[in-house]
Amino acid sequence: MSKLPKPEDLIKDVNLHKMPAQPWMDVKPEFKAGRYLYAVEPQVMEDLGKPHLGKWQPYDEKWPLPEDWKERILKAIRDRMERFRSFKLFMDICVRCGACADKCHYFLGSGDPKNMPVLRAELIRSIIKGEFSFFGKLFGRLAGARPLTEEVIKEWYYYFYQCTECRRCSVFCPYGIDTAEVTIIMREILHELGIALDWAMKPVRFSHFIGNHIGLQPHTIKENIEFLLGDIAEITGLNIEVPINKKGAEVLFVTPSADFFAEPGIYTFMGYVLLFHHIGLDYTISTYASEGGNFGFFNTLELAKKLHGKIYEEAKRLKVKWIIGGECGHMWRVWHQYHNTWFGPFDYLEVPKSPITGTVFDHARDHKAVHICEFTADLIAHGKLNIDPSRNDHLVITFHDSCNTSRGMGIFEEPRFIIKNVCNNFVEMPENTIREKTFCCGSGSGLNADEYMEMRMRGGFPRANAVEFVHKNYGVNTLSCICAIDRAVLPTLMKYWVPGVEVAGVHELVGNALIMEGEKKRTTDLRYRPLKGMEEEV
Amino acid sequence: MNSRYNDFFFSLLIIAALILIPMIGVGVLGLKFLFGVIIPYGALAVFIIGLIYRMVNWARSPQPFKIPTTCGQQKSLPWIKRSRLESPASTFEVGLRMFFEVFLFRSLFRNLRADLEGKKLIYGSAKFLWLGAMLFHLGFLIIILRHLRFFVYPVPEFVNILEKVDGFFQISFPTLYLSDLLILLGLSFLLLRRLFDAKVNYISYASDYFPLLLIISIVITGILMRVIIKPDIFAIKHYAIKLATFKPIIPEAPLGVLFYVHLFLVSSLAMYFPFSKLVHMIGVFFSPTRNMANDNRMKRHVNPWDYPVKYTTYAEWQEKFRDVMEEAGMPIDEEWVKEAQKQT
Ligand code: HEM
Ligand code: SF4
Ligand code: SF4
Repeated sequence: MSKLPKPEDLIKDVNLHKMPAQPWMDVKPEFKAGRYLYAVEPQVMEDLGKPHLGKWQPYDEKWPLPEDWKERILKAIRDRMERFRSFKLFMDICVRCGACADKCHYFLGSGDPKNMPVLRAELIRSIIKGEFSFFGKLFGRLAGARPLTEEVIKEWYYYFYQCTECRRCSVFCPYGIDTAEVTIIMREILHELGIALDWAMKPVRFSHFIGNHIGLQPHTIKENIEFLLGDIAEITGLNIEVPINKKGAEVLFVTPSADFFAEPGIYTFMGYVLLFHHIGLDYTISTYASEGGNFGFFNTLELAKKLHGKIYEEAKRLKVKWIIGGECGHMWRVWHQYHNTWFGPFDYLEVPKSPITGTVFDHARDHKAVHICEFTADLIAHGKLNIDPSRNDHLVITFHDSCNTSRGMGIFEEPRFIIKNVCNNFVEMPENTIREKTFCCGSGSGLNADEYMEMRMRGGFPRANAVEFVHKNYGVNTLSCICAIDRAVLPTLMKYWVPGVEVAGVHELVGNALIMEGEKKRTTDLRYRPLKGMEEEV
Repeated sequence: MNSRYNDFFFSLLIIAALILIPMIGVGVLGLKFLFGVIIPYGALAVFIIGLIYRMVNWARSPQPFKIPTTCGQQKSLPWIKRSRLESPASTFEVGLRMFFEVFLFRSLFRNLRADLEGKKLIYGSAKFLWLGAMLFHLGFLIIILRHLRFFVYPVPEFVNILEKVDGFFQISFPTLYLSDLLILLGLSFLLLRRLFDAKVNYISYASDYFPLLLIISIVITGILMRVIIKPDIFAIKHYAIKLATFKPIIPEAPLGVLFYVHLFLVSSLAMYFPFSKLVHMIGVFFSPTRNMANDNRMKRHVNPWDYPVKYTTYAEWQEKFRDVMEEAGMPIDEEWVKEAQKQT
């Protein structure tokens, strides 16, 4: 692994207004350490019954492509053009106006022109013209066309795994061209040859065979939860139980599995548990459907569908009435935009209705799954929570909108409403870096591997830059979010760019602020940090 | 040579050829019927058939998933203010969103410019692209509408009004229309931007310069005819109406080669249209990130080619972990396993 340059040096060479002298079609992909991810181990693909290229690495001079690689790729492209209007249309109508060019965090952090969304899409658009279009073949480059070569496959691997499918470009494109959609499809096409990431595929195997991406077995999940309940007991003096695999519960609660075991997700989990206990919700967690997140989505849509069938079989088996989903970005993109199509109709479930407030979640009437922030915001709005926001007074908080929940769902106000009610110090980051214009963490869509650290720090730079602004000007020390990948990667990003800022899930803040019945006097937050004014007592 | 302007010069060359063709064809060889009747009809046919083909082709390809790009608050709890335009939840709201996209280029209006100052990213407003695109497209629309007066008799009232307003600022004699100037302004800006903005230049092909140059040439030949050469308007009108009613005539009066150049360039644009990026005019209406409602959890979207995917069932999963679960005192569900077996 290469050494990560110092923050002062990392983006020194970035110039957003200067382009290489060579036309982009002449610039060959160069696998720079820290900027690409390792190829998948063949066994992983074997286990899942998928094709693979055997043992190889991207930096190999010659990739072990099968003999018929070209026909297979062309067939895969044609197939996707037939099955996805989105893909076909996006290939057809780009006018290369460049409105999307400087919207991508990877371009802003690397200055590499092929990270401009328009050029990322040109990497395939040029092939479609060059291989399928008469005029493309006739005029070649003058019409933006080129033939498919092995170099192109390498280039695809490099750049379609330098896109986090964040959709920021799609917001600014006059036709809504969504390069994330292009990336999703291009990763599928590479998969047809068995070209995939190790980092993104191992979690798929775990999720498929074991139930969650890290491979936690059922008894381990139980133990982990019990461990966290021990912490809760110590901090609040309360002995709380978490129902696991409970038949007949009203609600099935599914959250990204990282919340069971990894910091700082575990604090978010403690927040959920405290909340559910506080309101006496009849719910259950499942060790079979123990992953809300979906690593399949980072590979192919079929794999995505494969992983989440469990949630709905579990809902049937446990005979729950409806589902609450925890805080996670891409998980909610998949749930919100794909689940109903893949797994519906859900006639064995009921239209979600909060047993505490009586609110019917009409917007989820068909899918029957509610986002935890929607659920909690409703509780707060009805005054059902006993809250002491001053318990978060040791924090100055800002909120990072995750790409997926922002541009693939539109949940902006619910988390803000919750934060503003459970803490006293909330500051927004600059306008052009939040809500629908939010910047990616730089590590999304299965790219949060260690070997990819340089690119992660580059891609996360625009986000970090905005955090730095509120950190310096308003003393922000907490970056809150509603995404498990954020919770996994933003701490690293902050340590690198903005030391002194911690990352927290929104429900961790809720957990801090909830005044629980029968609790002892709280002196620390859920991380054992002293509350404001309690420094002496701890 | 590897100049950043190669593609531009190549397009310029093609344009020069396109101008020369009718000059020789009509001016030297006198092929008036070919350039005045056959080519315009041919171009129209290619334009219409081509666009219909594109449209049908898009319309017939399925959109498997409902993937609107949500640029505003979703519809959720009733007391949360939502964005009907940016996160439309009904067909009507989608219509509104599309209207703003198509007629006002709303998404382009959001445009920002990012600059790196030392270690700081600065975002500035960048509305010029929007302005240039608006000038160009609006100008184009007005000019097309104004042309109706050649093809339709009697001239519709709205065309007359448009013409009056457009010519209100008497810039020269005969009137030079405002729309002519604005479209040239817009087109020049878009062209200069493509030439001198490093990023846009880097992504531009000859096929990006070509339509700009072609339309500029059309506008300029149009203005030249009007202002300088003043061809016989009556004769053109007569010819155009005959053309429009499919009783084509070869214009008797000498219309001047310039007219044929103008006409040939327009024909070229029409023929080029369906095969180029200009189809964005139709395509924008099909864009799934803009024309779908963000009502995924309210209404199920059906994927016509959906197929079942095998996943790990509860029964398989339980079998695998039976021992550890029993040891940990976790319940084993035989009932469900039986029920599931019965179902398959
Ligand atoms: C007769 C119909 C149309 C024609 C001939 C046309 C032509 C063009 C051309 C040539 C460009 C490229 C400009 C450049 O290269 O810089 C362009 C860009 C653009 N068009 Fe259209 N267009 C048409 C209709 C529309 C419609 C209905 C929309 C509505 C969304 C639209 C939106 C845009 C936008 C936003 C750009 C980007 C600005 C730019 O590239 O400079 N166009 N159009
Ligand atoms: S904003 Fe859209 S049309 Fe413009 S270059 Fe980017 S993808 Fe193409
Ligand atoms: S989806 Fe995000 S990461 Fe991918 S090209 Fe667009 S802006 Fe860049």
